[in-house]
Amino acid sequence: MQQQGNRFFFNVDWITVLIYIALCAIGFTNIYASIYNPDKSVGFDFASSYGKQLIYVITGLILGLSILLFDGRLFNVFAPFIYGVTLVLLVIVLFVGRNVGGNQAWIPIGSFRLQPSEFAKFGTALLLARYVSTFNPKFQDIKSIFIAAAIVLAPLLLIMLQPDTGSALVFLAFMFPLYREGLSGYFLLIFLGMIVLFVADFLVPTYILILILTTIGALFIYANKRKQKLIITTVFVTLIAIGYLFLVKVAYTKVLEPHQRSRIELMLGLKTDNKGAGYNVIQSQIAIGSGQATGRGFLQGTQTKYGYVPEQSTDFIFSTIGEEWGFMGCSVVIGLYIFLLLRLINLAERQRSTFSRVYGYSVACILFFHVFINIGMTIGIIPVIGIPLPLISYGGSSLWSFTILLFIFLKLDSNRMGFI
Amino acid sequence: MEQLFNRKYIIQGLFLVVAIILLAKLFYIQIVSDAAFVAAESNVLKKKFKYPARGAILDRNMKVIVQNEPVYDLMVIPNEVKSFDTLALANALEISFDEVRKNLKKAKAKSNYQSTPFSKQISVQSYARLQEIMYRFPGFSTQDRTIRHYPDSVAGQLFGYVKEVSQADIDKSEGYYRSGDYIGKSGLERSYEDVLRGEKGVVNTVYDARNTPQGSYANGKYDVNAVSGERLISGIDIDVQKLGEELMLNKVGAVVAIEPATGEIIALVSSPGYDPNILVGKGFGNNYMDFIVGNPYRPSLVRPIQGYYPPGSSFKPIDALIALQEGVVDPNTTFNCPGYYMAGNHKVKCEHVDGNISMRRGIARSCNTYFCHVFQNLITKNGMKNQRQTYQDWRDKVAKFGFGTKLDIDMPFERKGYFYNADHYDKIYGNRWGYTTVISQAIGQGEITATPLQIANAMAIIANRGYYIKPHLIKGMGDKKLVKKEYVTKNYVGVDAKYFEPVIDGMQDAVNSAWGTATLSRIPDIIMCGKTGTVQNPHGKNHSVFIGFAPRDNPKIAIAVIVENAGYGSTYAAPIASYMVEKYLKRAVTGARANQVEWMKGQNLLPPLIDPNKKPKLTKADSLSIKKTDSVKRVKDSLKIKSAVIKQSVSTKPVANKPAILNTKPETK
Repeated sequence: MQQQGNRFFFNVDWITVLIYIALCAIGFTNIYASIYNPDKSVGFDFASSYGKQLIYVITGLILGLSILLFDGRLFNVFAPFIYGVTLVLLVIVLFVGRNVGGNQAWIPIGSFRLQPSEFAKFGTALLLARYVSTFNPKFQDIKSIFIAAAIVLAPLLLIMLQPDTGSALVFLAFMFPLYREGLSGYFLLIFLGMIVLFVADFLVPTYILILILTTIGALFIYANKRKQKLIITTVFVTLIAIGYLFLVKVAYTKVLEPHQRSRIELMLGLKTDNKGAGYNVIQSQIAIGSGQATGRGFLQGTQTKYGYVPEQSTDFIFSTIGEEWGFMGCSVVIGLYIFLLLRLINLAERQRSTFSRVYGYSVACILFFHVFINIGMTIGIIPVIGIPLPLISYGGSSLWSFTILLFIFLKLDSNRMGFI
Repeated sequence: MEQLFNRKYIIQGLFLVVAIILLAKLFYIQIVSDAAFVAAESNVLKKKFKYPARGAILDRNMKVIVQNEPVYDLMVIPNEVKSFDTLALANALEISFDEVRKNLKKAKAKSNYQSTPFSKQISVQSYARLQEIMYRFPGFSTQDRTIRHYPDSVAGQLFGYVKEVSQADIDKSEGYYRSGDYIGKSGLERSYEDVLRGEKGVVNTVYDARNTPQGSYANGKYDVNAVSGERLISGIDIDVQKLGEELMLNKVGAVVAIEPATGEIIALVSSPGYDPNILVGKGFGNNYMDFIVGNPYRPSLVRPIQGYYPPGSSFKPIDALIALQEGVVDPNTTFNCPGYYMAGNHKVKCEHVDGNISMRRGIARSCNTYFCHVFQNLITKNGMKNQRQTYQDWRDKVAKFGFGTKLDIDMPFERKGYFYNADHYDKIYGNRWGYTTVISQAIGQGEITATPLQIANAMAIIANRGYYIKPHLIKGMGDKKLVKKEYVTKNYVGVDAKYFEPVIDGMQDAVNSAWGTATLSRIPDIIMCGKTGTVQNPHGKNHSVFIGFAPRDNPKIAIAVIVENAGYGSTYAAPIASYMVEKYLKRAVTGARANQVEWMKGQNLLPPLIDPNKKPKLTKADSLSIKKTDSVKRVKDSLKIKSAVIKQSVSTKPVANKPAILNTKPETK
């Protein structure tokens, strides 16, 4: 029996598990602080958010440990099935979903609500890993890029329909594992260029941008005047970039919802609004900033205690950390995340199997997107995009989905010596 | 393959870069900038201010002359207002339905979360009615504060008024004043604002995001109790002040009375005056327009410290004193008065032909000729060539008596008068000027103008035999009765005490001898020394002026009275002065003189207005400005009434704007 138990937990990376537990504990503590009310503190209340979160953490840990009991090969085998199930759930939620905050994102199951978009992440990660490991494409041809894109875009578009833009955006994280597997770096550059041009399009008049783009193109052509092929590409890219500028303007007014537009404008500083859409971000920044170097102390944050930051236990949980623990606490949390992310990449690289490596990269990059977007949003460097801070924000679906995501990888990693 | 492995570092590098960006922004908002900390405090902290009572003001007999009355403001926090019975509130406040809505809208515009005035200074009846039904109006609360009350209803300009702070006041105060606070805007209320206002108290309360109070902040560690303003003791004798204002009723002018030994001002009358109580409370706006701005005789001009008058004959004793000190004359020097004095080819007329006249008689009879000779001797004592230098010396010596400079009275907006240096005449005449050019200054006319305060102060100097203490209204601040150092310091004028007696002899004669100019104003049992003046005024009737002090030995009061357009100094100014002096020294005017007081109060000497609907405007030719130098002819008054004659002609060219006619006599009696 001893042997048997050792076999299940053999080679598990306990450091990652420790960081996981640490982040969950930080989450629970700060959720408690966020909803703490000095007038109504009557012992521990399981009906409250922090009480539920404790249950989520415990069940999450049990869930994670039970994943370690599975045979790692099952994930490879069942990848298409799991992916299929999450897609079906994403379709179902469009019809039976409970509308919360304008998003049709929740399937009610008893007293709990299930958020399929959270689970779609590991489904997609598994299938992508399966595809790459099976066909070993180098993404130099259109076909393999197309297939990989389809795997990622199917759930992304379904989530957009809810519409939950924030959760959908996270799927862009899959670019990084594909990049690691051979996708041209140009795709990342193009993506980066699109973001830069998108932001620039609001801050600088379009005709000046066109002028700048043309100048850059001309200089590039001049520098490479012998290489005919490059010249043609440059002209092509410049024209597309200019076209993109106009597309952005049209898409911005026609496609984006008014609240999304105002969030972007607030973030870019084109608009100030202390009462409406900007209220969240401003109050969140005030709370975080008022924490100063060492914070006001546990349960001592006035902004937190007196409810100045809306959505504080969920998307804006980082403002509690910022106010009560200060720069010190923020650095510890960001440090833990970065340590986890770098470690996950290192773990992924030590895998013999491509499946495990691709999956590992996917996990790291999804976590990275969540952390970056969520913290960036609370301190006003990214528009308000409602996605949770992994393992810390209040919510069962989110916590469980990250647990599953992470522990599947830990299981795969523990099998790294074997063959999958 | 090796190449793809390297991509790991690019991805890990990206993670690190992003982490650094996040930490950098956090470092900025948490450690570098304290804006968020301040914003967080203002989020949760709301300050409720407790207003202290303003300090009271007492007169020299410790009678309260400025006090406080409680009033109630109805405040509102618009955010906390639930739907309420508008009509009930309107009835309780005795305002209209629409006004309730309007006030609420106004309060909302000011602040949604802070306690803002809804209806100010509600009546006691309204307050009582409201107390019973307050529970029906969540978000409303009453706040008690005090307003000023002036029991004697006199001395409006002296006390000044208190008014809600303007935005400029708030900006200047570096955070002390907040919208809705009150501040002294003029008079004593202004100059002693820092002492009178006290210290505001504050209660800090923590509020949650729903604006529900969550108790006191830091256990009241930063709460402050209100501290009442300090009490001021003034040198004013309110009874004398009141008599002065009654005597000056329906007259334009000023009275300043000073206790010579201390520089304390006993009375400071500016006429027309107004009841300071009209500028208190709700009626301020209308009353200010009706009684202050709307009065054509401009009560807003505080004549004792802002009105410009030629000192006229009151200047002659100073000439005499300086001449005695300089040794250019002695008390027995005589000059021949043929009824005029020739300054070059320019004739300065005298009212009488006295032949050889001495200093004592010259002062008593206010002989122009005598003092023109004295002046001539002063300016030419170093020969004709050095007149510029001797003029400047003379001017500096006269300036020591307080002319041409502010006396730093503890009231705002004091003006200093005109009294020119030699270079002023250089500019006009080059180097071709001498004593004949400025001869009119010998008799207090021409370019020199002074405020009644300066003239009264000159009298205090003579009463003190050679020094003065800067005139001031407040002789003690607070329980410790603090007083500014400058108000106890003696300022010597550089004339020895022994030279004063011959001059005072002359002034005594002016009131008490058969040949004096103010003999009708003799006070029984009291020797008052004085001088009348009849200041020529090209715009209308002469100004009636009297200066004096009493008693002759150990003087208790020095006084200057100016009644504009009232004619001879002996007719109005001198009696008014004598009644006030008697009131001060004997506490009452007795005998036959009591009836004279009543007669005087009834005299209407208001200069007529050309158009009663129009305010007379001050023009360049007026007392407030001097356009050109015309030494002999120009005479100033504080208020230009264009013509003493009501003109019905369509001619808009007022007589006064024509160049003054040569034969206008430069005054004096």
